[in-house]
Amino acid sequence: MIAILIFGISVLTLLQFFVSYCHSLIAESRGCELSEQGREISGITSHSVRGDQFRRLLQLIALCPEPGGDNRQVRAVSLYFGLLGLVRMLFGWIEPTVARWIESERGGCAYVAAVMLDRRIANNRDLMAQQMGMEL
Amino acid sequence: MLGPIDYSMWSADFLVEICCVACLLKKRAFTRHFTLVLYLCASIAVGVGRYSIIATSGLASGAYYYFYFYSDALLTICLYFVLMDLYAHVFSEMGATQLVRGGAMLLLAGTVWISYHMVATSSDRLVTRFVIELSQNLYFVGVVLTYLLWGAMLKLRENRTHLMQLVLSMGVYFSAFAGSYALWNMYQNTFVWRYIPHLMALWLPLSWAYTFMKVPEDARIATARMLVPNR
Repeated sequence: MIAILIFGISVLTLLQFFVSYCHSLIAESRGCELSEQGREISGITSHSVRGDQFRRLLQLIALCPEPGGDNRQVRAVSLYFGLLGLVRMLFGWIEPTVARWIESERGGCAYVAAVMLDRRIANNRDLMAQQMGMEL
Repeated sequence: MLGPIDYSMWSADFLVEICCVACLLKKRAFTRHFTLVLYLCASIAVGVGRYSIIATSGLASGAYYYFYFYSDALLTICLYFVLMDLYAHVFSEMGATQLVRGGAMLLLAGTVWISYHMVATSSDRLVTRFVIELSQNLYFVGVVLTYLLWGAMLKLRENRTHLMQLVLSMGVYFSAFAGSYALWNMYQNTFVWRYIPHLMALWLPLSWAYTFMKVPEDARIATARMLVPNR
């Protein structure tokens, strides 16, 4: 009986701590504003980013050369995005508020991906400008 | 006998812990977060000890069984010190460090006493049973303490990203271990228990290394963003 109780409480706290941990990773990126150029290239027109844009943004990230070291963060956010997809599939149909919460979380993940893409684009522009400067 | 999966998991644990110690030393966090280094060094030493016992006595031996659970209880006590350190960091401005340490030690002693009492009143009265019971209870008290600390951080509007990520990673670790111990108590004869602790042991050094290497020391996040990050 005690084991079942401990198991139940531990699973609930595990979920809460894990979600908060992912929030702390996402929150760092949400402080950054997307540049106009970044918005234009990634095709984001509104102020917020929708969850269904995440995969497309990941594909664009894969096309941009890595400035160094942000690959791990991309993978962590992708993992969280995948987990949210699983939760939506399992529980999203039960309660509409759960589906709304999941969608807002997926939007957060997509925003992080957009910020990373923006950083990579800016980095590549700098590199290109440097190269052109050297050629001149 | 150990198979290739066991060896690869063993070496992954070992390497990740060594890398994490190196990260902490590189970032000069040795004195500021001494308990983290203490835990990691204890974990490396325990890993070496477990491996040498398996090599001499075998995985199914009584010696390994005893050593595994006693060393696990020792590591959990080290994690208590880490938690106390985090409490001290959070409450440093309130000057309640000594009070927090005293309270945590009392709680630790209380958990040991309750675990002993639970075993002493049971029919089999095995010493090994005591240490298993103690580990399960220590992990669960760890979950409760981390939860209280996280609640206090939200209430105090703590905004140091470093501290937040350290506390949250501890919460994930304690919850995962407490849950798996409880599940192990219910279904002991499943082969997955051979691999699950190794996988979970990777979490703490990985998350700590990420925090110290990637998150700047002066980074700040509003606590409200932890609760509703997308508004």
